[in-house]
Amino acid sequence: MTRDHGSAAHGLTSALNIEHVRDDFPILNQQIYGKPLAYLDNAATTQKPCHVIDAIKYYYEHDNANVHRGVHQLSERATRAYEGAREKVRKFINAGSTREIVFVRGATEAINLVAGSYGQLTVCAGDRIVVSEMEHHSNIVPWQLLCERTGATLSVIPMNDKGELILDGLNEIIDDRTRLVAVGHVSNSLGTVNPVNRIIETAHAKGVPVLLDGAQATAHISVDVQALDVDFYVFSAHKMYGPTGIGALYAREKLLRDMPPYQGGGDMISMVTFDKTLYNELPFKFEAGTPNIAGAIGLGAAIDYLTSIGLNRIARHEHELLQYATEKALTIPDLRIVGTAQHKVSILSFLLEGIHPHDIGTILDHQGIAIRTGHHCAMPVMTHFGVAATARASFAIYNTYQEIDRLFDALNEVRKVFR
Amino acid sequence: MLDLQDLYQEVIVDHNKHPRNFHRMEDANRTAEGFNPLCGDRLNVYMKVVDGVIQDVSFEASGCAISVASASMMTQQVKGKTEQEADTLFRSFQDMVTADADTPVDAGQVGKLAALAGVRRFPMRIKCATLCWHTLKAAQAQKPQAATTE
Ligand SMILES: Cc1ncc(COP(=O)(O)O)c(C=O)c1O
Repeated sequence: MTRDHGSAAHGLTSALNIEHVRDDFPILNQQIYGKPLAYLDNAATTQKPCHVIDAIKYYYEHDNANVHRGVHQLSERATRAYEGAREKVRKFINAGSTREIVFVRGATEAINLVAGSYGQLTVCAGDRIVVSEMEHHSNIVPWQLLCERTGATLSVIPMNDKGELILDGLNEIIDDRTRLVAVGHVSNSLGTVNPVNRIIETAHAKGVPVLLDGAQATAHISVDVQALDVDFYVFSAHKMYGPTGIGALYAREKLLRDMPPYQGGGDMISMVTFDKTLYNELPFKFEAGTPNIAGAIGLGAAIDYLTSIGLNRIARHEHELLQYATEKALTIPDLRIVGTAQHKVSILSFLLEGIHPHDIGTILDHQGIAIRTGHHCAMPVMTHFGVAATARASFAIYNTYQEIDRLFDALNEVRKVFR
Repeated sequence: MLDLQDLYQEVIVDHNKHPRNFHRMEDANRTAEGFNPLCGDRLNVYMKVVDGVIQDVSFEASGCAISVASASMMTQQVKGKTEQEADTLFRSFQDMVTADADTPVDAGQVGKLAALAGVRRFPMRIKCATLCWHTLKAAQAQKPQAATTE
């Protein structure tokens, strides 16, 4: 059904064969304004390998049916494929059980689910939710909504000018009214990999559960929710070579059991009368309505793809790209890197003095180079650095040194336009 | 690259570097704040309107070259005009930047603002060029809230 690009094609120990990898991504083979596309906006969303595209196509061509509700062949196949994807997710983040894996639309919905359901269960007026200064808006706004509903307040873990969290005061920030700590595993605007082990330890010492926003982590770092001892972990498939519209929430089984349903509907019940409804078992209690079946299957294929290449090798390649790009950036006198943490994934946010990031983005686009410009849904981060926006290049498995050369050549063109 | 040269013409780069009428106006009788949520661009427009005539207009902004240049050129163009004339100019300007790429530009309608016609080839940037005009309109109407391009 899909082309074999398993361990044989990529070799498990050797360096990545980038040409092979690039062949897996049909979209990369195109010209933009007559120049080969250099896609450097991977933190926004990654491109999809044919393994993922083919898996979704195969599903619709052969197995499509609704899940968990038919006795016919197709429904059985669709259910098997959908639940098979759940098992792949479980294994990918090393959860103890598939009962702890809830399919959602993405990181945003997962956080809203926890804020709605867990929040309703545990948060009262005067309580606190702890987030950090570098969160994506999707890990801020759901908590603000919860605060508005309940009268709780937000506390914020600050960061330094390198874009690293300052944990000195963490013991005070997490106090006896704190009901949850929700922080990013990796920052999308700065690339910082946060010291989540220490945050989790500190929170747990006070009996406070922790949610990690793994949206920017899972394509770069191998995640083990049991080793992390984390309570909630959320991520989106589209940032790790999977389709849009699907993601997962991991939550400890004992938390999920106590949490009220997030939405009502079909699939999440075991019995309905007008007097009373019995909820379905985990994780289905949290999956009301027909789910994104093809999306889940696509996510499963993305996980297969990532693991066939190996996250370690991916991380090594991306780290080399980041290093190369950072060294080049440091040679440009009027370029300022925003986010210089010691531990980073392959995200390079930067400013060119006197030139607005949007102008950079438009000029680069004309060279076929796609980067992101703006506030990256992290306006508090922009406020910290006293800017309205940055330009951000983010590298993935299929990016090359030549593309980085082109990026910096193009940045010199930008400087010429505004000289 | 031709499109790009069209967009970042010298006159636009110059207005960005040296924006005209770029200051706060203490005795303004109409002001509004504009905000482009997509890029975080912010813009304040100040006006002194007497008997329907825009006697003075200025702005402050943090934004991209297109939005700053557009605002700078706008202030030059509307100063001394009646509010109605400014309205007409806004409409012509909006028509120009949203027109198909090969529609000829009617310089008789938009004057020096014709320099911004290149924006039409960059759909993502049209809002950058029109933010100042939306803000001007909000100031005219004295809308209390921030104007947006949405
Ligand atoms: C750190 C972080 N958290 C959350 C999200 C939200 O992800 P999604 O839009 O897929 O729900 C993103 C995506 O931009 C992100 O980068």
